[in-house]
Amino acid sequence: MNQQVHVVLPRNLQILAGVGRDVEVSVDGDVTQRSVLDALEADYPALLGTMRDAKSKQRRPMIRFFACEEDFTNEPIDAPLPAEVASGKEPLLIIGAIAGG
Amino acid sequence: MSGVRLLVGTKKGAFVMTSDGARKKWTIEGPHFAGWEIYHLKGSPADPNRIYASQSSGWFGQVMQRSNDGGKTWEAVGNQFVYDGPTGTHKWYDDSDHPWDFKRVWHLEPSLDDPDKVFAGVEDAALFVTSDGGQTWNEQAGLRTYPTASTWAPGAGGLGLHTIILDPTQKDRMYIAISAAGVFRSEDGGKTWTQRNLGLKSNHIPDPDAETGHCVHRIAMHPAKPNVLFMQKHWDVMRSDDCADNWHEISGNLPTDFGFVVDINANDPDTVYVIPITSDSHHFVPEGKLRVYRSKTGGDDWEALTKGLPQKDCYVNVLRDAMAVDSMDPSGVYFGTSGGQVYASPDGGDTWDAIVHDLPQVLSVEVQTL
Repeated sequence: MNQQVHVVLPRNLQILAGVGRDVEVSVDGDVTQRSVLDALEADYPALLGTMRDAKSKQRRPMIRFFACEEDFTNEPIDAPLPAEVASGKEPLLIIGAIAGG
Repeated sequence: MSGVRLLVGTKKGAFVMTSDGARKKWTIEGPHFAGWEIYHLKGSPADPNRIYASQSSGWFGQVMQRSNDGGKTWEAVGNQFVYDGPTGTHKWYDDSDHPWDFKRVWHLEPSLDDPDKVFAGVEDAALFVTSDGGQTWNEQAGLRTYPTASTWAPGAGGLGLHTIILDPTQKDRMYIAISAAGVFRSEDGGKTWTQRNLGLKSNHIPDPDAETGHCVHRIAMHPAKPNVLFMQKHWDVMRSDDCADNWHEISGNLPTDFGFVVDINANDPDTVYVIPITSDSHHFVPEGKLRVYRSKTGGDDWEALTKGLPQKDCYVNVLRDAMAVDSMDPSGVYFGTSGGQVYASPDGGDTWDAIVHDLPQVLSVEVQTL
């Protein structure tokens, strides 16, 4: 069953993908980090390689995944994201680790 | 030829600047790719409207961009740079063995006759090529697997392949330079290589005249004299008259022979430009004066060009890819600084004016004569 998931992108990736802050992707099956990123990259090929390595699928070191006020960055990439994300009620926030002083 | 187009890469985006043949008044467009480091942009000699750009970020990695309309609009193309085969190791700063690891594209060199073919020099040092307009990139692994590659060590900026020169008179002859490995020449379009560092002396390596390990900052070739190459090394300005087989020093009366850029007047293969930088620990120009030095004799005898450039309280650097010359008559000369200024001289360096003062740090400048 397809589920509509809301994703909030960092500014640099919004520009690269040519989208606004909040995008909606359709995820088939379990809603996990992997399935959401697969859907994002399918819809916006310009994002390939920017959040995770295109071949190994390993997360880029300074990318983090937040949802429902929790940090899911270090959870297994195939672990289900919260039900609120899967239902589209809460977004998955993709964050570029903070920089500067 | 009706005008010129400058392609300027900065720490926070790309800028496209155009002017007519007088090269006095400029239109500036940008920033393109705002917030991203643009190490280099370069147009195809075969189709000037085809421009490639290397866009990167410590957060989001490498992105490649292509324009088919002279930089007005852009599309992201392929960004997978995968080393071909086992990667092995090179030396790290502490002399340990460090696995080869792709970080970014430093330099793009489009083919002289095919707009879809582009060479890319990357960090960690390797040569990639696309033949489909940037959609796919394949490594020419003969360079990275060269017998001395395991001894190459990064310069302070990384182990970058930063210079690619295609010989217009010998279809498959090309040169590359790596910091800090040296110069390499290929006679078969990049498949196989030989190191070409005879005559270089570098006091910062254990054996100053070793075959490899030299921190070459930039090399330049004039198409009318393709056997002659000029080099700005970490220290020393060098020249070869035999396709890089042998090098000799031409620093002559320069105030310091440390620097990054070297370029050649488009209308005179013996007129060479460098910008001396105080030292490798002082990455700014000497005495607070921004001076381009020109030799009209192919080296050794240099004159300071200062008219229109700041001559006090100036402490900027000019990076290796941040100088370019156009092929108008007289030839225009351009460079960008760490302070975000882009300077232009429409008369071969005699006089200068700033096109713009306050860009982010300039990483690269290229010019197209349209």
